[in-house]
Amino acid sequence: MVDPVLASRLQFALTTIVHIVFPVVSMGLAPFLVYFTYKEIRTGEAIYEQLRRFWTRIFAVSFVVGTVTGLVLEFEFGTNFAAFSRTAGELFGGPLALEGMMAFMLEATFLGIFVFGRDRVSDARYMLSAVAVGLGTWLSAVWILIANSWMQTPRGYEMVRRNGHEVVTIVDPSAAYLNPRFPWMFVHMQNAAVESVALIMAGLGAYFVFRHHVWGYPIERIDFWEATLKFGLVALLITAPLQVVHGDLYAQHVYETQPQKFAAMEAVWETDSYVPEYIVAVPTSVDDLLDPRAKDIFGIGIPGGASWLASHGDPQATIRGLESFEGPQPPVAVVFWSFRLMVALGFWFVLLAFWGGYRWWRGQLLEDGLLHKALMASTPLGVLAVELGWVVTEVGRQPWVIQGVMKRDEAVTQDLTGFEATLTLVGFAVVYLGLLSLYLYVVGRIVRAGPPAPADLAATDDADGTPPDAAAESEVATDD
Amino acid sequence: MTEGGPLTGGPLFGLPLAEVWFGLLFFVLATFLFLDGFDFGVGALFGTRDDEAERETLLAAIGPFWDGNEVWLVVFGGTLFAAFPAVYANLFGRHYLLTFGILAALIARGLAPEMYEQREDDRWQRWWGRAFVGGSVAAPFFLGLFVGNWLVGATTAVTLPGVLVGLTLVALVVVDGVAFLRVKTRGDLRADLRATGYRALAAYLVSLVVTLAAIAVTTPLGSAMASPSVAALVAATLTLAALHAAATVRDRRYLAFGSAGGLVYALVGVVAVLLYPQIDPAAGLTVETAIVSTLPLNMMTVGAALLFPLIFAYFAVLYDSFSGPVEAGEGY
Repeated sequence: MVDPVLASRLQFALTTIVHIVFPVVSMGLAPFLVYFTYKEIRTGEAIYEQLRRFWTRIFAVSFVVGTVTGLVLEFEFGTNFAAFSRTAGELFGGPLALEGMMAFMLEATFLGIFVFGRDRVSDARYMLSAVAVGLGTWLSAVWILIANSWMQTPRGYEMVRRNGHEVVTIVDPSAAYLNPRFPWMFVHMQNAAVESVALIMAGLGAYFVFRHHVWGYPIERIDFWEATLKFGLVALLITAPLQVVHGDLYAQHVYETQPQKFAAMEAVWETDSYVPEYIVAVPTSVDDLLDPRAKDIFGIGIPGGASWLASHGDPQATIRGLESFEGPQPPVAVVFWSFRLMVALGFWFVLLAFWGGYRWWRGQLLEDGLLHKALMASTPLGVLAVELGWVVTEVGRQPWVIQGVMKRDEAVTQDLTGFEATLTLVGFAVVYLGLLSLYLYVVGRIVRAGPPAPADLAATDDADGTPPDAAAESEVATDD
Repeated sequence: MTEGGPLTGGPLFGLPLAEVWFGLLFFVLATFLFLDGFDFGVGALFGTRDDEAERETLLAAIGPFWDGNEVWLVVFGGTLFAAFPAVYANLFGRHYLLTFGILAALIARGLAPEMYEQREDDRWQRWWGRAFVGGSVAAPFFLGLFVGNWLVGATTAVTLPGVLVGLTLVALVVVDGVAFLRVKTRGDLRADLRATGYRALAAYLVSLVVTLAAIAVTTPLGSAMASPSVAALVAATLTLAALHAAATVRDRRYLAFGSAGGLVYALVGVVAVLLYPQIDPAAGLTVETAIVSTLPLNMMTVGAALLFPLIFAYFAVLYDSFSGPVEAGEGY
C-alpha cells in the first residue's frame, strides 16, 4: 500500500497532468473557432466552413474528455485534500464556484448550439454561441488561475479558529483575488494555449503539405491543409515571441514573491551575485543531473543573466540561495530541468516561427521539406512545454501547498487509508492513461478522415450514403 | 475593506444567508438531478432498444444538452465548497470510494455517446453502448446512495437507506428520461415509451414509500418525517405523479415532462427538509456552524444573484434552439 499522502499527491499530479491537455486544446482553439465562424458567416467561403467544422470536431472531443477528467479534479479537493478544503475553502471555494457558474455554464450550454446547431439556428445566434463558448473557456482559466495564484502568493486573509480548526478567512477580497501573480499566470497560460494549438495546426498542416508538395502524393482538398499550416504559422509568429517576453517578466515576479522557487529554477544553493543564466546546461557529472548546482554545471550561459532576470536588469544582483531557507527544499532537479527544457522549447518555437515566416515570405513555404519535418516533430511540443511550466509552478513551491501557510502533508484527508488511496491511484492511472490514448486515437481518426466536404456536398457524404430527401421521407411524423 | 462596510457589516439586507445558501445548494442539486436525470434515463433506456435508428435518435436527443446539464453538478460542488467548505471536506473525504464510483460512472456515460459515433463497427459500438447504459444506471444509483448516506449521517459507504434512495433515484430518472424522450421522438418509439413510463412511475412510487418507511423505522429521522413540510412534499409528489400520469394518457407531452421534473424537486425537497437545520449530521454540523464568514458569503450572494438569471437565460436559448422532436440526420 502506498502512503496516503504520497498516493494522494501522485493521484492529483496524474489527474492534473492528463487533464490539462484538454483545456489547453480548448482554450487554444477557441479564438481560431471564433475567427473561422466569423469568416464563414461573413464571406461564405467553403474553406472557412471546412476549417470550422474540422476543428469543431477536435474541440468537441477535447471538451468531452476535458469535462470528465476535470470533474474528478474538483471532487479530489474534497476526497484527498479535505484538510486543505476545510482550511482554505472560504477563499478557494468561491473562485471554484464562480468558475462553474460564470464560465463552465456559458461554455457547456452554448457548446451544444455550436456543435449541433449550425443548421438549426440563425447566423447571429450561431456566431453568438461561438463567442460564448470561447469566452467560457477563457473565463474558466481566469477563475482557476485566481484560485491557484492565491496559493502561490497568498494575501488578503487571516487565520481564525472555527469548529475546532484553524481556517483561512478573507479580510481583503481585492488583495486576495486581484493577486499580483494572477495577470502573469493568465497571460502566460492563455498565450501558451494558443501557441500549443498553433503548433498542432502547423504540424498537422505540414504533414499533409509535405506529402503532397514534397513527395508528390495526391491529397484531397490540399488547400485545406495549406490553410491550416498558414493559420498555425501566423498564430505561432504572434504567440512565440510574446511567450518569451512575458515569460521573462513572470520569472522576475517569481523571484520577488517566491525566492525559494526561483532559486530552485536556477539551482542556486549558496546566495551569490552575478549568477549566470544557462541557456544550454549539461551537468559535469551524473550526480549533478539529480542534484544540479548552478556552479557545477557546464553550459552556455549568459553571464549575470539570472541576476539580471531576477532584478529588472542588474547583472550584479544577489540571488538568495536555497540553503538560506529553513526546512525542506523543493526537488531541485525536477524544477531546474523542467524550467530549462520549457525555456529551450520556447526559444525553439520562436526559431521555428521565424524560419517558417521567412520561407513563406520567400514563397517557399510549401516546398521546404526540412521545415515541414521540423513542424511535424514539434506538433506535441507546445503541450509538453505547458506541462513543464506547470511542473515548475507546482513542484517549485513544495513543500508548500499554500506558500508559507500550509504544507502538503497537512493538506491531505486525515482519515484516508492507504488502501483507499492506493486503490483510486491505480484506478486513475489506468483510466486516465486509457483516456489519453483514446483521445489521441480518436483525434487521429478525425485527422485521417480529413476535412469535411463543403456543405453542398455534405448530403452525399453521410455515413449511410442516402441523399437528404430520402432520409427526410423515411422520417414522416407519425404521432401516437 | 473597512469594518462595518456594506459587505462586512452583516448579512446582505439582513437576509438569513445560511438558509438561503442551504436552499440554493439543494435547488442546484435538484436541477442537476432533473436535467442530467433525463440524460441518465435516456442512457438507461438505450439498453432497451435494439434498433440502430432508434439508438441514434436517443443519442441525438440528448446530444446538445447533456454537457450543460452536467455542469449543474460542478456548480453543486462549487456551491458546497464555497458556502460550506467544512461539509465539502467531510462529505467527500468520508465517502471517498463512493465519490470515485460516481465519478467513474459519469466518465463512462459522458464519453460513451461521443465515442459511440466515432466508429461504425459493431464491437466498438457494443462496448460503448454498454458503457453508456452502465454509467447511466450506476451514476444515479451512486448519487442516491451518497445523498441517502449524507441524510442519515452514515459513515460507511453502504447503508440500507442509502441503497433505497439509490434505487428510488434510478426509477425516477427513468420516469424523467421517458418524459423527455416522448417530447424528442416520434412514431413507434414514442408510443412504446408510454408503457415504459407507466411502469417506471409505479416503480418510483413504490420505491419512495418503502424508502421513507425504512428511514422512519431505522433512523431517528422518524419524528421529523411527521412534520407538516414533509407531509406537504409527499402530497405534492402524489399530485405531480397523478398529473404526470394524466398528462401521459392525454398525450400532453410537455406537461408530462414538467411534472416529472417536479417529482425530482419534491424528492430533493424531502431530503433538504429532513436534514435541516443540520447539514452534516455525521459531523454534527448545522447550517449556522458550517457557513463561511459574512464577507465571502455576501460576495458569493451578489455573484449568484447576478449569475443565476444569466444561467437560466443560457438554458432558455439552448432548449429553444433544439425544441421539438429530433430531425433525421441530426445529432452526433
